Amino acid sequence: MVTEATRKARPTPTPDSEVYWEGAQHGELRLQRCTACATAFFYPRSACPSCGSGDVKWFVSAGRGRLHTYVISHRAAPGFESQVPYAIAVVELDEGPRLLTNVVGVDNTPESLELDMALEVDFEPRGEQMVPVFRPATVPA
Amino acid sequence: MIIGAAESERIGTVPELSALQLHADAARRAVADAGLTMADVDGIASAGNSPIAVAHYLGITPTYVDGTMVGGCSYLLHVRHAAAAIAAGLADVVLITHGESGRSRVGAGPRYGDSSSPQGQFEAPYGTLGPPTMFPIGVLRFMKETGLTHEQLASVAVAQRRWSSQVPRAKFRELISVDDVLASPMIAYPMHLLECCVVTDGGGALVLTSADRARAVPGPQPPVFVLGTGEAAETPMVSMMEDFTSSKAFKLSSALAFAESGLAPSDVDHLMVYDAFAHLPIYGLEDLGFVGRGEAGAFVEEGHTSPGGRLPLNTNGGGLSYTHTGMYGMFLLLESVRQLRGEAPAQVPGVEVSLAQGVGGMFMAAGTVILGTPATVA
Repeated sequence: MVTEATRKARPTPTPDSEVYWEGAQHGELRLQRCTACATAFFYPRSACPSCGSGDVKWFVSAGRGRLHTYVISHRAAPGFESQVPYAIAVVELDEGPRLLTNVVGVDNTPESLELDMALEVDFEPRGEQMVPVFRPATVPA
Repeated sequence: MIIGAAESERIGTVPELSALQLHADAARRAVADAGLTMADVDGIASAGNSPIAVAHYLGITPTYVDGTMVGGCSYLLHVRHAAAAIAAGLADVVLITHGESGRSRVGAGPRYGDSSSPQGQFEAPYGTLGPPTMFPIGVLRFMKETGLTHEQLASVAVAQRRWSSQVPRAKFRELISVDDVLASPMIAYPMHLLECCVVTDGGGALVLTSADRARAVPGPQPPVFVLGTGEAAETPMVSMMEDFTSSKAFKLSSALAFAESGLAPSDVDHLMVYDAFAHLPIYGLEDLGFVGRGEAGAFVEEGHTSPGGRLPLNTNGGGLSYTHTGMYGMFLLLESVRQLRGEAPAQVPGVEVSLAQGVGGMFMAAGTVILGTPATVA
């Protein structure tokens, strides 16, 4: 059956992002941290963007962060037809990195989406692949 | 220096020409404007269509080739590279061309694709739908941190329409109010339709050569001098910007151009800032140092960038009102040249120094070109 979730753009993992996408399948937001300079970073790369070290380790993010900025799209990308208008948002994780995402479990309106509100990670399907999204935090940060 | 400059004969909706034909049309007109023929051209630079395709189409066998393709500011980087190449003796006459069938999509390639690219993996799954849904993503953050208002953002479109109302070739010429902008359809909150650029077809081209050659073989047009240039690149994904309220590439690129020219923002008589969306001139005014942090919105709202204002900005009407083929940067340079030659439709009196600030992709890259009249190098 062709559902909206199957029509949404889905990521094709690459060798440097396989661990990230595998984590999403298990409900984990996996990030990398540089062993040499301790910088946590997103998106996945095989070397630290801060100091260049190749000694980088995966860890599981606590999945908590804040709504950094967003737009509310009034036009639907494929598979988003029933959600219009919907927010495309940047979340700043407590560990530092930021990532693009959607915000679920709350009206996607300017009134309901306040910058710096506390969010926590959840996961949604894009075809067979789960991707991280964020919802208002159940435990205030 | 720039000795030839031209747009394609027509811009706007030009379905009878392919992208490559638009390059060629503008190229022929720019070379004629310089008083030269294609046989004089030994260097080519282009983005969109490859410089080899353009050169071969025009019957040129170039011995200097620049295919730098970093989005809409590519042509500003081409000017930078050409000036350096000419100074180093690598080329004598360089032709830089733009042609894009952005509206009619004739002979234009596919727009998007690869789901394994960084954008494909980390942005597209969240319902991004081209620049309107992504380029303005930092605007709410900018508003929160600087106090920029929705009305001030809308005033960018209002100011530029005041300019385009004087420009016969502009796509939109009717004067608009802040209320008109805020009443126009919401595209991606906080951006309304009138805060987004037009989508058009068109071409443009420039011819550069050395001061020595221009002196030895004077052309029909007053030469325009390249006083300083800069380029920088920050990120392939706008969602990875280091600071959503400032373009690192704008800052780095413009600092290089100011340093090379020995000029400061207060020396600039005329400014062009790539405006795919209304927030770009706001970022540009602050990142380039024309105003202080958080001051750009009020500066535009108070009319300082409008006709009669102290810093004429986007005097062709910009991407919001004049034309935006997709990679609009060439049109920044062409308006700067017209203002310096004194032949712009909305001519500003006494322009001696003009700065063009381009953006590539969505805050992906930047190029800066500071141009001047002969008096500025005398």
